[in-house]
Amino acid sequence: MKIAVCVKHVPEGSARMDPGSLRLDRSGEGALNRFDANAVEEALRIKGDGDAEVVVVSMGPERAADSLRKALAMGADRAVLVCDAAVAGSDLVATSRVLAKALEREGADLVLFGQQAGDSDGAMLWSAVAERLRLPVISQAAELTVESAALRVKRQTEFGYDLVEAPLPAVVAVSDAINEPRYPSLKGIMGAKKKPQEVLSLADLGVAADEAGDAGSRTEVLALAAPPARGGSQKIEGDGNAAQAIVDFLAEKRLI
Amino acid sequence: MTTGARPSDYPPPFAAREFVGEPTDPVDERIEVGILIIGAGPAGLACAIRIGQLIEEQPELAERLGDVPVAVVEKGKQPGSHLLSGAVVNPRSLQRLFGGRYRIADMPSYGPVHGEAVYMLTRRAALRIPPPPTMRNHGNVVFSLSRLGRWLGERAEEGGATILPETTASKLLVSHGRVVGVRTGDKGRGRAGEALGNLEPGSDLVAKVTVLAEGTQGHLTGVAIDHFGLHGAEPQVWELGVKEVWKVAKPLDHIVHTLGWPLRTAKKYREFGGSFVYPMGDDMLTIGMVVGLDYRDADLSVHDLLQELKTHPKMRSMLEGGERVAWGAKTIPSGGFHSLPSSLHAPGLLLCGDGVGMVNIPTLKGVHYAIESGRLAAEAAVAALQPGSTPATSLGSYDAAVRDSFIWSDLHEVRDMRQVFGRGFVVGGALASAMTVSKGRIELGKLPAEPDADQPLLRSGRAASYPAPDGVLTFDKLSSVFASGNKTRDDQPNHIRVEQRVARDVAELWAHMCPAQVYEVGAEHDDGTVTVQLAPSNCVQCGAITAKGGRLTPPEGGSGPEYTLT
Amino acid sequence: MSVLVFLEHHGDELQKGSLGVLAKAASLGQGDVSAVLAGGGVTALAAEAGSYGAATVYVADDASFEPPLPQPRVDVLAKVIRDGGFDTVLFANSVLAADIASGLAARLDAGLNWDLADIAVESDALVGKRPALQDTVFVDVGWRSTPRLAIFRAGSFDATPTGGGAPKVETVTVDLEPYSAAAKVVGQEHEEASGPSVEDADIVVAGGRGLGAPESFALAENLARALGGAVGATRAVVDAGWYPYSAQIGQTGKMVSPKLYVALGISGAIQHKVGMQNSSVIVAINKDANAPIFEFSDLGVVGDVHEIVPKLTELVNQRKGA
Repeated sequence: MKIAVCVKHVPEGSARMDPGSLRLDRSGEGALNRFDANAVEEALRIKGDGDAEVVVVSMGPERAADSLRKALAMGADRAVLVCDAAVAGSDLVATSRVLAKALEREGADLVLFGQQAGDSDGAMLWSAVAERLRLPVISQAAELTVESAALRVKRQTEFGYDLVEAPLPAVVAVSDAINEPRYPSLKGIMGAKKKPQEVLSLADLGVAADEAGDAGSRTEVLALAAPPARGGSQKIEGDGNAAQAIVDFLAEKRLI
Repeated sequence: MTTGARPSDYPPPFAAREFVGEPTDPVDERIEVGILIIGAGPAGLACAIRIGQLIEEQPELAERLGDVPVAVVEKGKQPGSHLLSGAVVNPRSLQRLFGGRYRIADMPSYGPVHGEAVYMLTRRAALRIPPPPTMRNHGNVVFSLSRLGRWLGERAEEGGATILPETTASKLLVSHGRVVGVRTGDKGRGRAGEALGNLEPGSDLVAKVTVLAEGTQGHLTGVAIDHFGLHGAEPQVWELGVKEVWKVAKPLDHIVHTLGWPLRTAKKYREFGGSFVYPMGDDMLTIGMVVGLDYRDADLSVHDLLQELKTHPKMRSMLEGGERVAWGAKTIPSGGFHSLPSSLHAPGLLLCGDGVGMVNIPTLKGVHYAIESGRLAAEAAVAALQPGSTPATSLGSYDAAVRDSFIWSDLHEVRDMRQVFGRGFVVGGALASAMTVSKGRIELGKLPAEPDADQPLLRSGRAASYPAPDGVLTFDKLSSVFASGNKTRDDQPNHIRVEQRVARDVAELWAHMCPAQVYEVGAEHDDGTVTVQLAPSNCVQCGAITAKGGRLTPPEGGSGPEYTLT
Repeated sequence: MSVLVFLEHHGDELQKGSLGVLAKAASLGQGDVSAVLAGGGVTALAAEAGSYGAATVYVADDASFEPPLPQPRVDVLAKVIRDGGFDTVLFANSVLAADIASGLAARLDAGLNWDLADIAVESDALVGKRPALQDTVFVDVGWRSTPRLAIFRAGSFDATPTGGGAPKVETVTVDLEPYSAAAKVVGQEHEEASGPSVEDADIVVAGGRGLGAPESFALAENLARALGGAVGATRAVVDAGWYPYSAQIGQTGKMVSPKLYVALGISGAIQHKVGMQNSSVIVAINKDANAPIFEFSDLGVVGDVHEIVPKLTELVNQRKGA
């Protein structure tokens, strides 16, 4: 069985937007997106002591190799990085196109995603990628059981849990409730360097430069602005009327 | 009036023997490396880089060192995460380390020093004074030590070193009297030490030679000195530095040092130190406050003195229109020559850098000594592995090499400078100048150095006059800890060993001392003592507590600050 | 502009979020607005959409749409969009809606902007407005394609009826793609009275050191119960053992963004702030008038939690009971 995990290298600490390019400034320190660590962990649990192959796939700058190496240190077998100047500034449409091509190349039985990319607050890449791969997709997986030809997911929604089954191959996005990612062992960290790490360009994937990056995107950032002030902030004294004042405030905001 | 309380009245629950032992992993599970270096700071990385060069020169060495010739264990997230200094660096050691391979221009510096000024500050004025002879920085280069560390880490990896970040060296592995490696720390334990779902136990990392380059308050360095009885003639003493990096509107074109305000000169306070402001390129500068930890006032807070310093008209104008972008804190060993260990080696073990106190306080320099000591350690370690070398004498060649180097001669020249300032600033200043001019030939006779924790405490109430943080020029401790990048996992065992029931003044001392607000004065007991409450996940591992009555041990690997510009 | 709004339902109810987006779409004044609904036995719900501004509602009513799965709905929407020539498709964020919109973006090669707080027509172009980087900046976003897809943050718009009449109802039938029909719901567990977890709750009542003692957490618990919310805690009280780590909110705990966050005896240090600053409404009660939390709360009360909270809980209970 082959399991592919899509991971992202995201800026650490306080990210900034570059006012010139209106893009996220990715020049600072970065790390493996913490939600993707849940996906890598789940793949490793499914693999267990068996001989399934776990491949981590990412699209990003050269530095993203650091995050891939962390996944390899956790126990993944192989890493693939799509690194090409032309992918910079890719939106959902462009990113999903590139990732889908890389995943097609792998032909995995199961494709896993983490819940969201910290730097873009909810990338929802999995559905777009599944659509391009023409595979069933189940997101918000709080539990995942995989058999040889099918899987079962406990999917978390606003209303509770749905138990969903689907045949393999399939795409699953795991929630951070699904597991606690392992710490890489020292042996794992030292062994990571020796595991195969491929770097692919768009040409290697058969993707034209104008199908990715800014050119391949269907959305754009027009301008940066300061956020609107948090509306009239009030401060009152905690006298005998305070409790009523709070209730009135909540009622006005339709919270109670 | 001293109150009589001393931090040393409350020794911490710590014994070196807890951190020394035989390997316990089954032999085939131990991780074997050629030369093991603890600490990816300037000393450790210089050592790794030099070994890489020697392997290139002598390919048969690679075979002798095995699959992993050099491993560098680093407790921070990556090299540089726990590095903090001014720093104005003497480039000689970097030039010596790299030969022609890399020049200073290839390194991430902020350029050579273009000029310098020293001021004596009062509350409102800045009196320019000629730089004492010890403070001449012509030819030196401004670096962010954190950035330099990151760069050195890349060079070390290029040379074949394996860097193991987020890994602590918790225990010294000693077998038959010989250091055989370290045991790394566990990850994934809860507050009470219980195993959490993802517990990853530490491993025995074994090597033919272990080099401790842990920096100030090095955990295993202190353990090794105790275990092998390597204490120096004098106890080590420390200073605490707290600094910030600012984006500024007006570039600074020279380095600045100050003495005087906000430190008090009266002898009873024992406030020794000053501040520095160094340019970092066209749009940034770094400003820091350094104070000797032998101070006596329980109310003294170096972090708050830094905030106060920034309100001085001279500093305020430098920072006008700017924005704080980084903050950090770290101790500096200041005992100098007399506090160096009696030996820098033990069977299987070499000791380098700040960990053993290779710092020249009057010139505020230590980075270049660290780098040179790492380089010399590499040569000694490699020599020890040559066929035909004897274990006993080979590592001893390191001590000989250090004694023959400028590390020794420089530290010797200024050996009594530090003690001199204990006599008060004005008298001390004159004596210090006299000693420099005479190149150390004036012998004052031995002034006994006292451990920082032995200083009796007094209360001055000065905490009431620290500036209230305004979030623009001055900042509180918690938001500063945030600015250090510290996101330490809370749910882990407490790594700070302190007696938790102490005299009120000692508790107050710790609460003010700690730049990260780890300690808080808690409930009072009938006998007048108080409970000290800890928030260990705030800790930026500066090491001040070890100087003043407690003991810092490393928390889970990867914890602590994530410095990038300090 | 030709606008289509996806209406989500649960059981017999149209979700308020989608109705709010529908009302917003109608208010843009860019012509008739349509809605689309997919489910089993949902045709009766279509009528309600008229009161929120839908002129036409496309309904895919079939047992195959009963399970709340996204991919069959992508097939429905793709058909409706192509046949109807819609150039703008709007969603209210939800687990289901996010998956649908994202799949649709790939199906139609259409730009998708999400996490929008608002939308406007500026110089004849549609401009989305969204917060970014933990609400520290606001960005204007646009589309370079049609159709234009947009997902709005939960609770961005009130579902205020616009007084429209009954809409035209159009039935939609579609052949599902084989991969759309592959996933099956085999069981469901719905959350009842056990109460939401702190990360999912719409309302969070959090306690800090200002509560004074561990026993005082009962104040937070009672208020949370009255409001139907979850209980959170600051790092300081978790460190002190007053409350479990699973309830810790902050930089090294959980990040929450509920509709209402009530902070009791919490100073508002930045480590805590980053864990809850995205809350829609923040009410803080603290004895210290200078506590940093008052700088970012919507309603700040300088007072004693022990006096105010029990009274507040009583009033809330009365109101709910009434």
